[in-house]
Amino acid sequence: MKKIFRFPLAALLAALVAVAWPAAATDGSPPAPAFKLANRAGGDMSLSDLKGQVVMINFWASWCGPCRQEFPALDQIYSKYKPMGFQMVAINVETEKADAERFLGKTPVSFPILFDPDNQVSGSYGVSAMPTTFLVDRQGRLRWQHRAYKPGDEAKYIEQIRQMLREKS
Amino acid sequence: MKPVRLLGVALLLLAATGCSRLEPWVKPYERENIADPIMAWDRDPVSSSYMRHVYEAREGARGGAGASGGGCGCN
Amino acid sequence: MQLIRRIALFFLLPLTAVAGVLPEDRADLMYHYYDGGGVTIDGPSLLVRKKFAEKYAVSASYYVDMISSASIDVITTASPYDEERTQYGAGFEYLRGKVTYAASFSNSSENDYEADTASLSISQDMFGDLTTVSLFFTRGWDDVTRRGDATFADEIDRRIYGVDVSQVATKNLVLGLSFEAITEEGFLNNPYRQVRYVDPDAALGYSYEAERYPRTRTGNALSARARWYLPYRAAIQADYRFYTDTWDLRSHTAEIAYTHPLDDEWTFDVHYRFNTQNEAEFYSDLFPRQDFQNFLARDKELAAMQSHTLGFGVAYEFKPSWADFLGKAAINLKYDRIRFDYDNFRDLRVTGVAPGTEPLYQFDADVFRLFFSGWF
Repeated sequence: MKKIFRFPLAALLAALVAVAWPAAATDGSPPAPAFKLANRAGGDMSLSDLKGQVVMINFWASWCGPCRQEFPALDQIYSKYKPMGFQMVAINVETEKADAERFLGKTPVSFPILFDPDNQVSGSYGVSAMPTTFLVDRQGRLRWQHRAYKPGDEAKYIEQIRQMLREKS
Repeated sequence: MKPVRLLGVALLLLAATGCSRLEPWVKPYERENIADPIMAWDRDPVSSSYMRHVYEAREGARGGAGASGGGCGCN
Repeated sequence: MQLIRRIALFFLLPLTAVAGVLPEDRADLMYHYYDGGGVTIDGPSLLVRKKFAEKYAVSASYYVDMISSASIDVITTASPYDEERTQYGAGFEYLRGKVTYAASFSNSSENDYEADTASLSISQDMFGDLTTVSLFFTRGWDDVTRRGDATFADEIDRRIYGVDVSQVATKNLVLGLSFEAITEEGFLNNPYRQVRYVDPDAALGYSYEAERYPRTRTGNALSARARWYLPYRAAIQADYRFYTDTWDLRSHTAEIAYTHPLDDEWTFDVHYRFNTQNEAEFYSDLFPRQDFQNFLARDKELAAMQSHTLGFGVAYEFKPSWADFLGKAAINLKYDRIRFDYDNFRDLRVTGVAPGTEPLYQFDADVFRLFFSGWF
């Protein structure tokens, strides 16, 4: 095939895959991509640290209105379900920490904040909207993806978290 | 080669208008600067619509002020 | 003066919204002041918008022009007058997924001009939210009357079609392109304004007769703009508009603007705008004789002219302790100085010279806007 067509064709295939990506869980859920990122509370955190728990991964930025709006709801979910084997990480995608720190100073939350300044993890997860929330089960499989946030979406998160909490490791 | 690639992708994007999940070259998490309030086309609509009125009342030309888009790309 | 009134309908509520997220709730209260060419206009302007359930938004506006006019046309052919124009507007937006539907209506009223305007627009984000395409349609109905003449009444029917594309080009650059077609039918001139013609029998060497305009006008405007984010946190914007219409008027407008924020509280703006146009086909400052041609105009708005504007703005943002419901507030002061330069419109306040040799007219205008904005 002519070299000139290779890239557009790859792009078309990628587009078709993106369109076909299921928003709901299927039996063949892929494993959640691994990551190891700096933790705001100090040290690093990697996805393997959380194996065996139900994990919610939220990609956010302080410049994103719906992301900021979602935080109090996420904090409530975290406090309620943490004792039952639920973990949440909020990955900040900004290139500098200053704006995120300022926002967190005004709106403190109890769940861990990780930093992905070079956007490697955002890329590996294929983040295509801000915010994006992924739900990972006890076996480390990527089960649900929620693009964007509107007040009321947290009800769906809770339903899916409870379902995964009931599953065995 | 690069401009031709870009053109190829652009044409494909145009052809696939029905799809809502095409790969953007500026990812949503890279829109920090675009989402900055100083990057808004029209930060103060009350003032800009007044100035548009000031000019249209005194010059022969009209229109061309339609503006939208940019922003945080959230949701 | 009538020249200002017809434009009332263009003072539309901001129609196009970023699909995906509705703009923030906001109220703006502004005092506007214009002083130039013998005309002083000032008044308040209020704009409020509020959204519900992140799906619906309503907006309302109130605007008043208090006009004190002793403009060059008024001085040479009539007498100075005071008057007031009031405009109300309301708008509604509905966001569904990536599409925003908007409708708005406004009414402008003064003692010899009534304008109603209705607009519809649809705006969609696509290609990963990098592109926003908007289509809009505006319909206007104007009623024109004349002070002191109960027998005169006429109308204007206006239609505007527009398309606008906004494109995120890179992480630091947004581009825009828009096209607008404006069609008007009806009484398009001014019932008070007159043209002049050479009249050797008259004391001044010229006499006046009523202007006569075509009853249709169709214009097209094509504009392009770009806004760059500068790495030290500032923005620079360039705009260009090309306008042409069926009266043979062609205009080029270019603007360059720079925005510089300081800390989190201050924002400074500076901009320069240049506009140039040639005269309309049936325009003349001095016709050779009475009833010279079918259509006659001596409106300086249709003359060959240039305008230069230099403008400054400063804004201070704060969290008001006296109003808990306001998350953020700002106070803004903007000033523009506009120089209008006419290539073929002469200053008729100068008498005692041969008609057609009066100095070319030019004037400067000072425009102030002082406004308070609150976000809630």
